[in-house]
Amino acid sequence: MFGVLRGMGITFKNFVASYFLPRKPNSLETGGMVTLQYPEERLPEKERFRNFPFLIYDTKPDDLRCVACDICAKECPPKCIYIVRDNDEQGRPLKKPKVFDIDFTVCMNCGICEEACPFDAIFMDHEFEVGGPERQQSLVYHMDQLLKPATHFAKIRPTDHVAIEEKRRKEAEKKRAAAQAQPKPPEAKPPQA
Amino acid sequence: MIDEPVLHDTDTLEVNLGPQHPSTHGVFRMNVKLEGETIVSLKPIMGYLHRNHEQIAENMSYLGSMPYTDRLDYFNSMSNNFGYALAVEKLANIEVPERAQYIRVIMAELTRLVNHVSVIGFLLNDLGAFFTPILYAFREREKILDIFEEIAGSRMMCNYLRFGGLKLDLPPSVLDRIKKIVQGFPKFLDEFEGLLTKNEILCMRCQNVGILPYDLAVSASITGPMARASGVNYDIRKIDGYSIYNRLKFRVPLGKVGDVYDRYMIRILEMRQSVWILEQVLKEIPEGPIINPKMAAFAKAPRNFKPPKGEAYGRVEAPKGELGFYLVSDGTPQPWRYHVRAPSFINLTVLEDLCIGHKVADAIIILGSIDIVLGEVDH
Repeated sequence: MFGVLRGMGITFKNFVASYFLPRKPNSLETGGMVTLQYPEERLPEKERFRNFPFLIYDTKPDDLRCVACDICAKECPPKCIYIVRDNDEQGRPLKKPKVFDIDFTVCMNCGICEEACPFDAIFMDHEFEVGGPERQQSLVYHMDQLLKPATHFAKIRPTDHVAIEEKRRKEAEKKRAAAQAQPKPPEAKPPQA
Repeated sequence: MIDEPVLHDTDTLEVNLGPQHPSTHGVFRMNVKLEGETIVSLKPIMGYLHRNHEQIAENMSYLGSMPYTDRLDYFNSMSNNFGYALAVEKLANIEVPERAQYIRVIMAELTRLVNHVSVIGFLLNDLGAFFTPILYAFREREKILDIFEEIAGSRMMCNYLRFGGLKLDLPPSVLDRIKKIVQGFPKFLDEFEGLLTKNEILCMRCQNVGILPYDLAVSASITGPMARASGVNYDIRKIDGYSIYNRLKFRVPLGKVGDVYDRYMIRILEMRQSVWILEQVLKEIPEGPIINPKMAAFAKAPRNFKPPKGEAYGRVEAPKGELGFYLVSDGTPQPWRYHVRAPSFINLTVLEDLCIGHKVADAIIILGSIDIVLGEVDH
């Protein structure tokens, strides 16, 4: 009998405490009540939190960092990325994608695309409230939906943003130095009309 | 003690518990034959969640399977990562830096705490203590999952370990928060035990129910807390001493009877040992690199990682038992053979022996005490 009563005592203590212990808003740190009133109340987002990938561009959506190298599509474990490289009028490949689709119904949020990308062009977003009215088409995200500015990345992941900007700046400097050191390559022939 | 089944001159009643049944912890079916309320035969039927895990891994780069291992036993993704990373490291003979070893052990032990508190909560759910104990458990679990989210980016699908180290270093100040959780955990365990351990109803329902004898546990190759509750002194952390476990002090709690109550008690005691391990590790954690530089080069191109020809079996003491990964490499970027020794699948094989002669309600708690996760059973 004593065991049951002791258990009930603990339950009662917690029951009372949950009403009187204060809890900071948007936090689970203190207090008895641990239920958060989502969506009015939200926990602060963790910087490393990852959900679905997005494509990054620096100033305007046309000059995106992605060069359609297809590495992320090859490394993606469930193969949810589909890329088609863009061509110019002569049919020569350009360094940007024409089609970049990610099937969010297949994506498993592992973050391997972000790790494998050599151009820092794809990153994991914090957006988790993704939904659609049906099961297939609305959850296949196309390039226009995936493109987000670098400022968005700076907002959600400030530490990573600083590190990546630093790395990109160094790479650009190195490239410029290399270009100056070497004699200018002969100008490419104008395309035959 | 167990009532002998009394056979009357009637037909047996066949009942399907599952695949959609609140007690079965997932899509698992028990085909039970009843004589009155007493079980005379029980056939476990699994495979509803079969996802072709091994075959998928054989068509993928070695790193590509790492996020899939998260989804085996989705309560303990860090332990699953750990087992797979150990297997590949053995296969390719990779050294792991000291700091990474320490962080791995912290993660594995935190995972054990998460698993054991929730499994006890679910066991009490099965007993009919509907959702009171489990919310106590989930309150603690949530704190640890928050830490996981901060470190690895995801609460449950961590995908944090890499061959030869870790994906990222710990963010600043997270160690202090882990220390705070570890310090507060014994207090929570005392409260949890006050709620449950001496409760007469729990004792009545659990003691001498579903006894697993020592010999059966050994011959059916049962591992983990379930074997230790039957007195089998088998803990891979002690036997293999993998990672840094051979340097750490901890004891292996053993049960005497092997009933449901012992399995509950073993888990409580193991959590206390885990807290002890965590205290030691957190005190000694060194600074340094978190990944072997040789393997860090493959981060940008996982497909170029080709282990030499050979085979390896890496195993860890996962919270549910011995989790082993058997890999055969033919020198290509994909494993030629990938096999998982899933502890909850093998522990489930003795379910019929444990249940025969008991009532239907006991079968539910026996299943709960085995601690299965269907993602792992049907991998």
